[in-house]
Amino acid sequence: MLDDFLLRAALAGVGLGLAAGPLGCFVVWRRMAYFGDATAHAAILGVALALALEISIFAGVLAVALAAAAVVAGLGGRAHSTDTLLGVVAHSTLALGLVAVSLLDGVRVDLLGYLFGDILAVGRADLAVIWGGAAAVLGLLAWRWRPLLTATLNADLAFASGIDPRRERMVLTLALALVVAVAIKVVGALLIASMLIIPAAAARSFARSPEGMAALAALFAAGAALAGLGASFHWDTPTGPTIVAVAAAGFAVALAAGRAIRQD
Amino acid sequence: MSLIDAENVTVRLGGQTVLEAVDFRIARGEIVTVVGPNGSGKSTLIRTLVGALRPARGRVRRAPGLSIGYVPQRLHLDETMPVTVGRFLDLPDPQPPEAVAAVLARVGLPGLVGRSLRGLSGGQFQRVLLARALLRDPDILVLDEPTQSLDQPGTAEFYKLIEQVRAETGCAVLMVSHDLHVVMSASDRVICINGHVCCEGTPTVVSAAPEYRALFGPGTGGTMALYRHEHDHGHEHAHAHGPGDG
Repeated sequence: MLDDFLLRAALAGVGLGLAAGPLGCFVVWRRMAYFGDATAHAAILGVALALALEISIFAGVLAVALAAAAVVAGLGGRAHSTDTLLGVVAHSTLALGLVAVSLLDGVRVDLLGYLFGDILAVGRADLAVIWGGAAAVLGLLAWRWRPLLTATLNADLAFASGIDPRRERMVLTLALALVVAVAIKVVGALLIASMLIIPAAAARSFARSPEGMAALAALFAAGAALAGLGASFHWDTPTGPTIVAVAAAGFAVALAAGRAIRQD
Repeated sequence: MSLIDAENVTVRLGGQTVLEAVDFRIARGEIVTVVGPNGSGKSTLIRTLVGALRPARGRVRRAPGLSIGYVPQRLHLDETMPVTVGRFLDLPDPQPPEAVAAVLARVGLPGLVGRSLRGLSGGQFQRVLLARALLRDPDILVLDEPTQSLDQPGTAEFYKLIEQVRAETGCAVLMVSHDLHVVMSASDRVICINGHVCCEGTPTVVSAAPEYRALFGPGTGGTMALYRHEHDHGHEHAHAHGPGDG
């Protein structure tokens, strides 16, 4: 049954969406959008590393994404503000990755596929990685859910309740690196952050609780993946960008609907 | 043993020493108030004691299993997260709905369980914070300028509530306050800090201490007299660094 490439693509998109939606809520709540971008852009460097060392792309991307996150966390709070550092890390890892890939001898790489995703080329092994990674992310979030929410609301309140917000941030960093590693095949390094932010932002208009927002964001992200896949098939447009474009359109609708609801 | 015991604590923030060699302890059931001018490190001390800041030197020990009810000075809540009052009180660990309803009634906000946090006024939010602090049977209530966003009747009510809670549960209270007259009438012990401990002792002792007068002027002494039961026998006899829990 998994022989159909469209079905595999659909499953890949849904798998990513289910993990990216809830994690994206934390990205939105904690204003980590740029952090997500930096981690995602580092993925290209991870691809180069994986190709050079002949290890799996997933492992290479995961390692570099974690390293980029650690660099940002380690450098924060000194002479430069975090968003400046994030800008440096985001773009230099992307540039370094592109340079590194071009230096690899004898490897023909479809760079566009890594930048914008290649969901139609998802194989069974990719599917296993995507769903495995998504399950790991959801597992992490479910396990740490209450401490994560508390630390997100206020670090000092968390400390006073015996929760260490730094530990919770590490959990999120790990989850983020996992999503990046999973998503690179689906929407590509340049658009990963959009799958985190747009569904969560759209869900905000309707949610009354953090759990509701996470569930809605998951549904929205999975729905956008399916609708984007369909639209891309229908109009013969690149799939990754089409998924993001559909999500963006959905966000606009959600924004308008949210306003209408509040005015009632 | 003490609930919280800090020994020779030095705290640096952004390369600057905010607190230096501070000793502090609070016993079960004690009411201790921290006073001091702006920027003297009051909030830093509180945040270090609850574990939010790590001292550069010295150590802070908390009694094992200590339940801290903490009401921070300012709480910036990001409006991006949809949270109702009930859900907020339910974090980090779930609480029985009856207990939540009871504590909300207690702080004067009955029936607000389903209200969104961002719809609350400053005073309401402050009382929700207090409710959250009370909900987990705290051994100690830690209040960092809790009445900052309250008007005068609100402030009086707030302190009355704290007193009631204290009388019922016997929990210790550690607070930072600018409401000097209230502080002085209700505290077992007052600690005046200005980067270090200036003086410490019973309200009478502290209000008479030259270090305290240098920081706050003699004017507050007059205000306080209204709130004190016994007469002030003149500050020349006071021991600025005398033990507080006599």
